[in-house]
Amino acid sequence: MTRQVKQVKQLDRVIIRFAGDSGDGMQLTGDRFTSETASFGNDLSTLPNFPAEIRAPAGTLPGVSSFQLHFADHDILTPGDAPHVLVAMNPAALKANIPDLPKGAEIIVNTDEFGKRALSKVGYDANPLEDGSLQAYNIHPVPLTTLTLEALADSGLARRDAERAKNMFALGLLSWMYHRPTEATEGFLRQKFAKKPEIAEANVTAFKAGWNFGETTEDFAVSYEVAPARLPLGTYRNISGNLALAYGLIAAGERSGLELFLGSYPITPASDVLHELSKHKNFRVRTFQAEDEIAGIGAALGAAFGGKLGVTTTSGPGVALKSETIGLAVSLELPLLVVDIQRGGPSTGLPTKTEQADLLQAMYGRNGEAPVPIVAPATPSDCFDAAIEAARIALAYRTPVFLLSDGYLANGSEPWRIPTVESLPDLRVEFATAPNHVNEDGTESFWPYKRDPETLARPWAVPGTPGLEHRIGGIEKQDGTGNISYDPANHDFMVRTRQAKIDGIEVPDLEVDDPDGAARTLVIGWGSTYGPITAAVRRVRSAGGEVAQAHLRHLNPFPANLGEVLARYDRVLVPEMNLGQLAHLLRAKYLVDAQSFTQVRGLPFKAEQLAAAIEEVSANV
Amino acid sequence: MSEVNGSNGASLNGHSLLSLVPKTEVDRTAKDYKTDQEVRWCPGCGDYAVLAAVQGFMPTLGLAKENVVFVSGIGCSSRFPYYMNTYGMHSIHGRAPAIATGLASSRPDLSVWVVTGDGDALSIGGNHLIHALRRNVNLKILLFNNRIYGLTKGQYSPTSEVGKITKSTPMGSLDQPFNPISLALGAEASFVARTIDSDRKHLTSVLQAAAEHPGSALVEIYQNCNIFNDNAFEPLKDRSTKAEAIIPLEAGERIRFGADGGKGVVRDAETGELRVVEVTPENESDVLVHDPHAASPVTAWALSRIADPDTLHQTPIGVFRDVKRPVYDTLMREQLDLAVDKKGPGDLGSLLTGSDTWTVA
Ligand code: SF4
Repeated sequence: MTRQVKQVKQLDRVIIRFAGDSGDGMQLTGDRFTSETASFGNDLSTLPNFPAEIRAPAGTLPGVSSFQLHFADHDILTPGDAPHVLVAMNPAALKANIPDLPKGAEIIVNTDEFGKRALSKVGYDANPLEDGSLQAYNIHPVPLTTLTLEALADSGLARRDAERAKNMFALGLLSWMYHRPTEATEGFLRQKFAKKPEIAEANVTAFKAGWNFGETTEDFAVSYEVAPARLPLGTYRNISGNLALAYGLIAAGERSGLELFLGSYPITPASDVLHELSKHKNFRVRTFQAEDEIAGIGAALGAAFGGKLGVTTTSGPGVALKSETIGLAVSLELPLLVVDIQRGGPSTGLPTKTEQADLLQAMYGRNGEAPVPIVAPATPSDCFDAAIEAARIALAYRTPVFLLSDGYLANGSEPWRIPTVESLPDLRVEFATAPNHVNEDGTESFWPYKRDPETLARPWAVPGTPGLEHRIGGIEKQDGTGNISYDPANHDFMVRTRQAKIDGIEVPDLEVDDPDGAARTLVIGWGSTYGPITAAVRRVRSAGGEVAQAHLRHLNPFPANLGEVLARYDRVLVPEMNLGQLAHLLRAKYLVDAQSFTQVRGLPFKAEQLAAAIEEVSANV
Repeated sequence: MSEVNGSNGASLNGHSLLSLVPKTEVDRTAKDYKTDQEVRWCPGCGDYAVLAAVQGFMPTLGLAKENVVFVSGIGCSSRFPYYMNTYGMHSIHGRAPAIATGLASSRPDLSVWVVTGDGDALSIGGNHLIHALRRNVNLKILLFNNRIYGLTKGQYSPTSEVGKITKSTPMGSLDQPFNPISLALGAEASFVARTIDSDRKHLTSVLQAAAEHPGSALVEIYQNCNIFNDNAFEPLKDRSTKAEAIIPLEAGERIRFGADGGKGVVRDAETGELRVVEVTPENESDVLVHDPHAASPVTAWALSRIADPDTLHQTPIGVFRDVKRPVYDTLMREQLDLAVDKKGPGDLGSLLTGSDTWTVA
């Protein structure tokens, strides 16, 4: 038997989207393909996209779940605008995703699911695979279900169980098409289904059958290679934003020498941080699943009073509930991390989709003058460093700090160069141990609100420290002594001092990427738009355009040089996944005519769309 | 269960919990527990008596003063921490049990007390109260019940009797009040007691029992607000009515009250409910013997329902329930220890590296 020698093509990058029903296992399929791709050494970026319902009605458009992966032989910044390849497990997946595909894209469809009922369920009158409507695309019709069942004919599994392995057949086929290493997936499946060896075997068999199908069938004449990317030297792993964030919190606990206490209430898309931290009790991490959002932050604040690193994790609706306690933390001046994994709002909004619309809530969403520092990670792996940075500020300045991640960062993943523990910042703090004030009669006492002259932070004296017994509370207190005070001048002083403490937090200067120093337009963003904005800036530059880019990690206080940076450019463009919240802050603070470019579709920006916006603004300089 | 509960038995051992709190090295007196802050309750307020009782009682525990913490919410009684020369936090309305939960569950070396009122604990903070109780967090919760909102100047509260005329209910309040003891028992509380501000001896004995109890202790203190709800508990205080109004609960004793103990609480053979009878030589042995340690909360609950909510006649005073069950803080700590035993102390380097890496050389 002679095997046809198949052609192998080299590509520099590929964007694949796996799409199917919520129950089809598309997220798992995408995760596995991502792991294979990571271990192969490509740079990558992912975009999971799924409905809020756990099992939306089968075969319907709202029930479609997808996972997009962009991988390349060079460094990339986004999960990609338009997929080169779509794997569609049913008509709904095809219909929901076809508008995103460029002409000429490859579509692998599971023809077994294209029966009359399934087609009419999503409003197809005729079978699009047969009526010529998909001529612009390169269709690979594959009876995935039938082939999977055939491969598992001897497995002894019931038809329903056997059918479930069709996602692994698809994964096998794609792994063949893109020369992905397969051993790790086999190992993963055996481990995942360790308690059900027959299911493990079936999945491995289906996975191999998919690979062999690609190797033998004539419909797939070409396979592709994407060489490993030349990333900076180091040891890498793939990591999602929520995992990186959880690790950052653990690292902050270790580096500060304080036990971590998480008070949290389950909420999408933040719950994974609670799940992850609860696995690491051997780091003496306490996780407390509270009765509500308020108790979650309350317990974290109580633990902070006791000298722990208190953290609460939530999303926008939870922040709204926590606001009063955040205000209390501002008044108590205790360290506390408030992690907001933003999602579409208002109200319940879009629980599984991304948005950046909590910036003003974090900035202003409390009664009274209650300034809170804000740190925002730029990429999934950056969630690690941002968590440590937020902890640094909280501990050094004795203040609650917002860490604003979002759904895109939380679930998206990318390669992460693993840092050494020694390279992480030293966050050690000193608790107060002795009186800090001499009374008029020569005796000594402890003043809980006597501040460090540099940082304006107050001493952190934890219960159990003899001689430093003191009372703190949400009522206005006298400067120094901390005793209740309603004195007008004292209140004015305390309000201004709390503000001055936050304004005086040391944050690094804003770096501007302006290669020739000739750009007249600055594009500035914050948080998860870093990838799409940077990709767009590259596009503009490679087309000969000139544009400067800066990205804010600290939103309160802003970097000291921000005003000067903004003043250097004729045009300032602020892309945001909200209706212009950062632009609003910049305009208010720096009197700069910042222009907003906004989108609130629950999805990250596309680089192409941003590039066009940048070009339009630059053209009008 | 056995693995988490019993690994060293600490979760069930009351004395071992209080013994985790360091002892004082110097003899303390009530004076040591007073702050220099001027007490700002209205003259004649019942809070003064409770404060004095607590300040007097604290030294008897023999704990290091710096390891005692008072956490409160908002309301008149919640100013309490400012007057206790211990660590303290005057927090926000209703949230003290949640805040204290974080503190107590991460600091077993502290004796943590929550001071709250009927509005703070049962209205805005009702959720936190019931969850702290069901978890059995090692907190001693002092619920000052004056059946009114004092600090906001006299609106009806969740313990006010139906038809209460106040500023916010000029035609009378409509809602059925909570019975804090019934509520706590329903919330799985392991220690529930009631006492009165004016009876220092009784108050102190209940505080003592609460302090020694491992886990959550809810102590309802009937407290007179002489400004907005004066004499709310008068029947229980007036010498002429007191004996008939109060049913003293004492462990191991028959539940009798009234002049010369002429009345007693018996269980009705037909309905199973509790009722009050004139004690006679014939029925004397039917009078219930109070057992706060009974595994079932049924009788304690029935006792909590026996008082007339309007007149307060036949109000049981004392410890309704005092049972041992695993304490949340201890269980949490045992899980940490177990995780360290099983996996070894956390190693950050290997956590960050994980199992799936590649190297770019
Ligand atoms: S208003 Fe009532 S409860 Fe409040 S301090 Fe005055 S007397 Fe006491």
